[in-house]
Amino acid sequence: MSDALLEVRNVSLAFGGVRALSEVSFDVRRREVRAIIGPNGAGKSSMLNVLNGVYHPQQGTIRVENLEFRDMDPHRAASLGIARTFQNIALFKGMTVLDNIMTGRNLKMRCNFLQQALWLGPARREELQHRRAVEEIIDFLEIQHIRRTPVGRLPYGLQKRVELGRALAAEPKVLLLDEPMAGMNLEEKRDMCRFVLDVNDQLGTTIVLIEHDMGVVMDISDRVVVLDYGRKIADGTPGEVRGNQKVIDAYLGVTH
Amino acid sequence: MDTFPKLLMRHARERGARPAIREKDRGIWQTWTWRQFADEVRLLAAALAAEGFKRGDHLALIGDNRPRIYAGVCAAQCLGGIPVPLYQDAVATEMSFPIQNAEIAYALAEDQEQVDKLLEIQAQCPGLRRIYYDDPRGLRHYDQPQLMSYEKLLELGQAALARNPGLVDEEIAKGLGNDTAAMFFTSGTTGVPKGVVLTHDALIDRSRAVAEMERLGDEDVVLAFMPPAWIGQNIFSYAQPMVAGYCICCPESPETVVNDMREIAPTYYFAPPRVFEALLTQVSVRMEDAGALKRWLYKYFMAVAKRVGTKLLEGQKVNFLERLKYGLGDLVVYGPLRNVLGMSNVRIAYTGGEAIGPDLFSFYRSLGINLKQLYGSTETSVFVCVQPDGQAKADTVGPAVAGVELGFTPQRELLIRSPGLFKEYYKNPEATREAKDAEGWFHTGDAGYVDRDGHLRIIDRAKDVGKLADGTLFAPKYLENKLKFFPYIKEAVAFGADRDRVGAFVNIDMDAVSNWAEKRNLAYSGYTDLAQHDAVYELVAGCIEQANADLAREPELANSQIHRFLILHKELDADDGELTRTRKVRRSFIAERYGSLVDALYNDQETVHVEAQVRYEDGRTGTFSADLKIREARTFAPAAAKSAA
Repeated sequence: MSDALLEVRNVSLAFGGVRALSEVSFDVRRREVRAIIGPNGAGKSSMLNVLNGVYHPQQGTIRVENLEFRDMDPHRAASLGIARTFQNIALFKGMTVLDNIMTGRNLKMRCNFLQQALWLGPARREELQHRRAVEEIIDFLEIQHIRRTPVGRLPYGLQKRVELGRALAAEPKVLLLDEPMAGMNLEEKRDMCRFVLDVNDQLGTTIVLIEHDMGVVMDISDRVVVLDYGRKIADGTPGEVRGNQKVIDAYLGVTH
Repeated sequence: MDTFPKLLMRHARERGARPAIREKDRGIWQTWTWRQFADEVRLLAAALAAEGFKRGDHLALIGDNRPRIYAGVCAAQCLGGIPVPLYQDAVATEMSFPIQNAEIAYALAEDQEQVDKLLEIQAQCPGLRRIYYDDPRGLRHYDQPQLMSYEKLLELGQAALARNPGLVDEEIAKGLGNDTAAMFFTSGTTGVPKGVVLTHDALIDRSRAVAEMERLGDEDVVLAFMPPAWIGQNIFSYAQPMVAGYCICCPESPETVVNDMREIAPTYYFAPPRVFEALLTQVSVRMEDAGALKRWLYKYFMAVAKRVGTKLLEGQKVNFLERLKYGLGDLVVYGPLRNVLGMSNVRIAYTGGEAIGPDLFSFYRSLGINLKQLYGSTETSVFVCVQPDGQAKADTVGPAVAGVELGFTPQRELLIRSPGLFKEYYKNPEATREAKDAEGWFHTGDAGYVDRDGHLRIIDRAKDVGKLADGTLFAPKYLENKLKFFPYIKEAVAFGADRDRVGAFVNIDMDAVSNWAEKRNLAYSGYTDLAQHDAVYELVAGCIEQANADLAREPELANSQIHRFLILHKELDADDGELTRTRKVRRSFIAERYGSLVDALYNDQETVHVEAQVRYEDGRTGTFSADLKIREARTFAPAAAKSAA
């Protein structure tokens, strides 16, 4: 029992005959930035989906703080404080930035449907309180100028930022980011890196991210897990991982 | 009431509950009343005193328009210190000169970005002992001993005031009108920047003269969105509110200005021409995308406005039918348009700092917005000439404001004597002597004359007014402005001094031209690619030929028509030193940097190869090469133009 916030032990996942993950174990410490990297098809997204409860592993356990689970389901993951973003943005295109982020507060809303429909005192107070929380996030991510813009009209980089905002609205303990920089230009990547680091630093959120861009990973992560063909082949600080022969082979290819 | 702190304390007594500053924060406009603002200033001043800030010390202020930045300005003045606002978009190296020159030991920075810059130049500026920051975001792990948060600073202030409650008020009472109130570094189109020293008397006198002329009062509202280091912004959002008691509003972020403007609906507005131009471009671009009915309505009623709008604003006679049409237009087009621009409540709008295009100027006036021109500079506490209501002409800047005397040298250089004149250039007696002669005349460096109605007309910078090889007048800025007034041209640089004819570099306006290209299915990959399109050259040639036709009608300038031009491969940029921070073209720098391009304008080359160093925003450099086309533009014989026109 270390200071690990999240621990994955011996997780294996198969789809029919395809083994996506084989006996993968690693932990995530409180307040760290933990990256999962690996070549295409290494099982990175599968790993994230297991943590998030979208996929159910055939073997292994997941521990979140003191609670141990055979498998997760998305609703339980959310109530345990695990939020995520998606590789392909999954926002409500027709809704404004503000409303999209507000949906992230969903689990925190206590008032029932009737109270909200009639706009009763408690519902009104609650709405104000949530709006304040959302405004903090808008300020944090510097998206004041698009507060009222429908998300579908925004460029890709900003949509990614809004998605991060919605995940933050749930005030998560752990934030799972699935390729947050994919498809971005240099400047957008740099902005995103800064926001991820700020979230980690200012809000104290633990971050697990999958990323293709090695420069980004090495720059912002505290520790890195490397997967290849569903197996963990390395685990350590960026420096350690970079020098690992297995990792170099996995990325550059090796004659067998 | 001869100093700003005294004025502030008076407002706190007389209109303590009225708004002094608003700031949009977390989506809500937060108000500081005059009393709250005065309390904050007192606390901050006490804190600075506790930190060892003394009479005559300089406090650098680096940030956007924020209540705390303005509180910092006044707090320094309370102690007899001198606030020095610096441009928040300047790169670190540009900041080191003012900080060294004014021996600045204290700085108030808005956020991490500004703190980083100050730390970067720490080695060159060892005198900079204290850096206070407003927004702590990202600064948690900074352990430099010179850093302190604004909150912490206020705590020091509380402690200091608890020990000695009268501390700040005693210091305020010691202040005199001829003390230095502030120092502004002029961006300087040539050479190193100069620190312009202005007294309380100068700033207050000029602010008051125009506040009286325009009957400004505490009901007025201003949106502060230009850099506080620019004297214009400082006058409108610090000096004049201190005199007239009106409220200033700080936008949420630079990107939200248009929206914030609509929410606040200011009554008093000041912006350089380029802001008005950008707004108009936005309107035109959006109108082009509108439906057919809307486009027709816009076209029809804008034509009505063009015919009679300005006349109505000037109070001239207009027949009943036209009046009716204008009224209808106001209902369906002008009113909504003013609302979109956030100018529904604007009572007085000024523009200045640069010449404004006649079409642009009359566009706003014909909408019923009382846009007027003014003339002034940092050295004159802005207000030298202001157009009075009902006398706004596109090509003049109005008559002298009360208290100002105008004069001219034989070379047509404008001279000014005014109570608003600066005291000196800081630690630069030589430059001071050059600019201000023994009789107290300030040599503006601008060439111009006073017209029959007593309105001042500026032609160009006096030193730039040159001669072509055949001896005729060459006024480059006049030509450049003529070109810039076309929506498709963003910047222009004219060459011709001591040459036989005039050539020009052009920057296209990316917004306008890309929209134009899209409409024509012209594919391009970026600025450079678009700029070198034949069709774009055709478009720009058309603009230049129109300008030439205009020039042909002015006997003195007919010879300076533009013969050849090229479109530059990159946009001129202040970060590369090609423009000043106030976006004025640095012609000689450009001529030197692009010497081979200038040469190519004057031999018969069809194209010229350019290889350039580009500096990216993160400080890295790269090289870039392209072939630029050079084109001839049609010119007109002075007589022929008359018949063509």
